[in-house]
Amino acid sequence: MSAQIFSELRDAFSDVDAAVSESRGVFVIALQPSHLITAVERLKSTFAFDIFLDVTAVDWPDRPLRFDVVQHFYSTVHKVRVRIRMCVPEAAPTVPTLRPLYGSAGYMERECHDMYGITFEGNDDLRPILLYEGFEGHPLRKDYPKQLEQPLVPYRF
Amino acid sequence: MYGKPLPVVSVSREPAGTFEFITTKKDELVGWARKFSLFPYPFVTACCAMEFMAVSASAYDTDRFGAALPRFSPRQADLLMIVGTVTQKQAPILRKVYEQMCEPKWVMAFGVCATSGGFYQNYASLPGIDKIIPVDIYIPGCPPRPEMVIDGIMKLQEIIAQGKHLILNDKF
Repeated sequence: MSAQIFSELRDAFSDVDAAVSESRGVFVIALQPSHLITAVERLKSTFAFDIFLDVTAVDWPDRPLRFDVVQHFYSTVHKVRVRIRMCVPEAAPTVPTLRPLYGSAGYMERECHDMYGITFEGNDDLRPILLYEGFEGHPLRKDYPKQLEQPLVPYRF
Repeated sequence: MYGKPLPVVSVSREPAGTFEFITTKKDELVGWARKFSLFPYPFVTACCAMEFMAVSASAYDTDRFGAALPRFSPRQADLLMIVGTVTQKQAPILRKVYEQMCEPKWVMAFGVCATSGGFYQNYASLPGIDKIIPVDIYIPGCPPRPEMVIDGIMKLQEIIAQGKHLILNDKF
């Protein structure tokens, strides 16, 4: 079942500027951020990937394109997962938002913005969701000091 | 039958072996009364809550120490039990709850996260609630055994019994 849908996906994404592979039963598409919306629209409408599982990032401090933005999708029809991976530089860590396609993407993009500072173009509501107003920096970046605390209440000692 | 007056039984006013008054110190009397009427406010934030439920339930039964009836308003409570990890985002709420409690009040740090932050040392969690509010009794353990919690309650009762209980303050 998954072998068939994977070969269909392979054919469908052969024309896009994307590198496809398979990793531990997950179909992986590595592409440019500019191609994201067309790829996800195709996944959703043609291949019935109806659940947006998560968006997160990976920090590679030594790489010129420092961040990987990783998104996972699940199809309740085919029971398979797809991963989309995009590389973005530190100077402009921006990818398009998926909020028009998946309503739940708004919250996950807010979390990713909290933790890694990735901005999602088109998502105008990137207020802190797990962190608080006034928190400086992005704690899951590798250069955030491990023990740096930003207390809201002044310490007694 | 119901209209019948009840018989009046005369009671001797001086039974043998009793006394009519005792002498004690005011602090000892008030401390004795207060140590058996702790009204806890459970500020429960994490997994230690399971252990809190176990120690409150019938098997370990903190009601034996007069400390079982939780008040879910800090204004009616005199023992603040912080059960679990307190995050930096939660700290202003904890501070406000503590300030809303009336005197006399005591604070118990339940579990190692409330005591010192435990194994968390990062951007998110508070390294011990004593960084923001004063604490009277610390119970380590991840989570603490119910016996440890009961030991902590008894130690707190000792503190209360031996403490000063001011009835008159500088404003009166």
